[in-house]
Amino acid sequence: MKIGVITFPGTLDDVDAARAARAVEAEAVPLWHADDDLRGVDAVVVPGGFSYGDYLRAGAIARFAPIMQSVVDAARRGMPVLGICNGFQILCEAGLLPGVMLRNVGLHFVCKDQWLRVENTETAWTTRFEPGAEILIPIKNIDGRYTASAETVRELEAEGRVVFRYVEGNPNGSINDIAGICSPDGRVVGLMPHPEHAIDALTGPSDDGLGVFYSVLDATRSLVTA
Amino acid sequence: MTEIDTVDKAATDPDRPQPYAELGLKDDEYARIREILGRRPTEAELAMYSVMWSEHCSYKSSKVHWRHWKENTTPEMQAKLLAGIGENAGVVDIGDGWAVTFKVESHNHPSYVEPYQGAATGVGGIVRDILAMGARPLAVMDPLRFGAADHPDTKRVLPGVVAGIGGYGNCLGLPNIGGEVVFDPSYQGNPLVNAMCIGAMRVEDLQLAKASGVGNKVILFGARTGLDGIGGVSVLASESFSDDEDVASRKKLPSVQVGDPFTEKVLIECCMELFAQRLVVGIQDLGGAGLSCATSELASAGEGGMHIELDKVPLRAKGMTPAEVLSSESQERMCAIVRPEDVDAFMRVCQKWDVLATVIGEVTDTGRLVITWHGETVVDVPPRTVAHEGPEYHRPIARPADQDELQADDPAKLPRPSTPEELRETLLRLISSPNLASKEWVTSQYDRYVRGNTVLAQPSDSGMIRIDEETGRGVAASTDCNGRYVKLDPYVGTQLALAEAYRNVATTGATPLAVTNCLNFGSPEDPGVMWQFEQAVKGLAEGCRELGIPVTGGNVSFYNQTGSTAILPTPVVGVLGVIDDVRRRIPTGIGAEPGETLILLGETSDEFGGSEWAHVVHGHLGGRPPQVDLAREKLLAEILVAGSRDGMLSAAHDLSEGGLAQALVEAALIGQTGARIILDEDQDPFVQLFSESAGRVLVAVPRTEELRFTEMCTARGLPWRRIGVVDPESNALEIQDVATFPLDELRQAWEGTLPALFD
Amino acid sequence: MARVVVDVIPKPEILDPQGQAIVKALPRLGFTGVRDVRQGKHFELEVDDEVDDATLEKIAEGFLSNPVIEDYVVRRVES
Repeated sequence: MKIGVITFPGTLDDVDAARAARAVEAEAVPLWHADDDLRGVDAVVVPGGFSYGDYLRAGAIARFAPIMQSVVDAARRGMPVLGICNGFQILCEAGLLPGVMLRNVGLHFVCKDQWLRVENTETAWTTRFEPGAEILIPIKNIDGRYTASAETVRELEAEGRVVFRYVEGNPNGSINDIAGICSPDGRVVGLMPHPEHAIDALTGPSDDGLGVFYSVLDATRSLVTA
Repeated sequence: MTEIDTVDKAATDPDRPQPYAELGLKDDEYARIREILGRRPTEAELAMYSVMWSEHCSYKSSKVHWRHWKENTTPEMQAKLLAGIGENAGVVDIGDGWAVTFKVESHNHPSYVEPYQGAATGVGGIVRDILAMGARPLAVMDPLRFGAADHPDTKRVLPGVVAGIGGYGNCLGLPNIGGEVVFDPSYQGNPLVNAMCIGAMRVEDLQLAKASGVGNKVILFGARTGLDGIGGVSVLASESFSDDEDVASRKKLPSVQVGDPFTEKVLIECCMELFAQRLVVGIQDLGGAGLSCATSELASAGEGGMHIELDKVPLRAKGMTPAEVLSSESQERMCAIVRPEDVDAFMRVCQKWDVLATVIGEVTDTGRLVITWHGETVVDVPPRTVAHEGPEYHRPIARPADQDELQADDPAKLPRPSTPEELRETLLRLISSPNLASKEWVTSQYDRYVRGNTVLAQPSDSGMIRIDEETGRGVAASTDCNGRYVKLDPYVGTQLALAEAYRNVATTGATPLAVTNCLNFGSPEDPGVMWQFEQAVKGLAEGCRELGIPVTGGNVSFYNQTGSTAILPTPVVGVLGVIDDVRRRIPTGIGAEPGETLILLGETSDEFGGSEWAHVVHGHLGGRPPQVDLAREKLLAEILVAGSRDGMLSAAHDLSEGGLAQALVEAALIGQTGARIILDEDQDPFVQLFSESAGRVLVAVPRTEELRFTEMCTARGLPWRRIGVVDPESNALEIQDVATFPLDELRQAWEGTLPALFD
Repeated sequence: MARVVVDVIPKPEILDPQGQAIVKALPRLGFTGVRDVRQGKHFELEVDDEVDDATLEKIAEGFLSNPVIEDYVVRRVES
């Protein structure tokens, strides 16, 4: 099982995403923004950071990187893709997920341990969680306020595509407390919190994030057998 | 075109008047430059000497006091150092083949003028210092000091500084793991924005800043060079009979630099790859004084000379003169010495990361730093005279006349709370005072998780990061200083700063190893300030000797004053410690284990000089600071490390400002667990709760380990007292015969203050 | 009521990382010939008639911009 981890100039949490992949005994494969080769991976993580400085809009430049064209194509064919934080923003800019992230309501960067409820346990990245499970995962961003048109939000809610929801307080003003969403087929998931920073209670608030990476092992196995 | 002043021209009009005084050079300094060169300096040379001989770069007022470091560093202390004072940053051997480098620098004035960019570029600068040692930067910490918390200007400066540190550090991908936020009216108009960075490398990867190997190339890489921070040399531009309007407008230039953390992040990754491929012979970051500093220091530390073709430097602004290019403080630039055969490989790595790199010169055997501009020589100097042989001053030193009066103003005369109700109110008032209140509002704006190696971060006593994922080896670091203690007695006050940083490191289970510092003082031209400075340096040097840990380097920031009023003398001391396995770190919060006994290590005396209580309740500063006993601190640290190694401690928290009351409140709130405390009947409850005696730590010991731990303390002669138990059921801090505080009430008091002031 | 537009832009000699990131990205996206980009802030203010130009200048200089690193332009677009 190979999980690709993309590095753009300005990507920060790629080492962490790779560590999380290794923690579930997957092989972490580095992917470079300027290549279009997915190097035979079974799933892709678009990690957090400030790609190209995020100076225009978060993710706005990264979506045009050669590697992203390949990721978009692979995702359309059903490859599991996870966008974390800046990666979520990139997936939205790339059109794999609807909506956009705005500046946090407090206008500050917020780094804190945040409780989330897992609302959908049928996506490629969440099958290992119990329905309604509450997990403790760090958030750290300044542009984390998810928003989309009223119609899109209605659609996401109606189709069960809100995957993670903030509980015990909304840290950034996200609409409907949305922390993460998925594509209609549940293969592409994006979330603002960082499951890769919750794989060991030594360096994170919990190891709840491991469930995300274990889930994708199952998802790619079932793809092979199907 | 601007007329360029060359060495040839200097020979033809030797008596041309030069604006050296406006550039900050004294008459005798200018005369010495003429003597060194045997002629008048060119404009470019004058720019170089003036900036390199400035207080900031040459340490001319403080250098003579450095002998204290030397005299107090024993061979055993020296043995742990791989690089020491004089290098970009000190380097310590932490075992298992790992070397760790760390340093603090000040960015005080720029952060007052433009808080966001000033603080941001402060982070950027210190990170490049660490990078220049060959290390990967791993974490940052920021000791910050502001004016009164409710002063309107603090509302402008603090949020900007915090956003700048976050904006730069977060984008750079470095976890922020600690630091300080202190308020005092003396910092109004002169905030202290100090930045510390820690980096690590394999011992064999250490890089030194020197230009060796004749024929090796000098490569400038990173951002383009613009007009940043050249305000100082603008006086030269107006002398240049210039008809260029770009140049004529230079006088208005701000001396503020804008940072680009994205470029710096890419520069870090680019350097890591260059180091890994062994493509670099010597390297230097470009910080204050830009190319003037980098070229002269590299050449001076090497064995030969250097020739720079300055017109090759990629520029961002039109019409820059050689003096401006040399003085520019544009950020995110590095200068490397590269073997000719490695230049192509070097360029390929830079291209991969989209980093601009240009060969601007080469190492020569002339013994001189020669800089040309379109073929004409504009600088021809012995590099040592610029970089390492600047002026040295023996500034007058005098103990301030009012020092005796200050020390005689004993806080013993201040009215003290005595009834349970008064004690209760005092506790709540203190924990909600700006200096003691939770700093969450600040630290939640910093990423503490990135890179996944942060084991402890604020509000822990020290930050701790894992260096080696296989073995779990890591380092802990803390910075401390109480300027009020230093004001009352600079020698003892500085040793108290050292003792606290040392204790903080040991409190998390790490063994203190090395010291750095950032000495923030008023004007060196004030004999009273120089007395404070000398006392502080002596106190620190002799304290380090007693603790057996070396000073690896430091930074001096003078002229921190508003008008003629100096800041509280603030020698910030940073201590680095090593822990062989971060899994045995000791957390701050109580309640991790079922059934814990709370034990107070150390002794409590009636010590309120410079205390938070005297400051908050009475606005009083006088008397003597708490006594310092470094032998006791050493014993305490050994007990803490032994306790951690043998799994005898489930939590520990240092006692400092605010005393036992503050430590109990923080340990309970961070651990989200209540406790019952029984004070000693034989000592005034007020003294027990609020005295700031040094050498004390609150520890939580699992009941099963209690006997073993206390027997160890007794056997080794460390005073201890059982002061209570953790009570997971109560959700309250009960101090018997004083009051019971529900944790919610404490949390509101402790956490509410900063958001109310700055949101 | 009047509509006032304030544009704030980094001073020419000040590094503009935002603009630099965009100008470097453009060729990668196939847009050539763009030599420089500077990124600023655009404010639209609805103000009462009695707010005079001097006041608007003060707002722009002391609050919307930092005169140390930024220039600003105030324009009344409707009144």
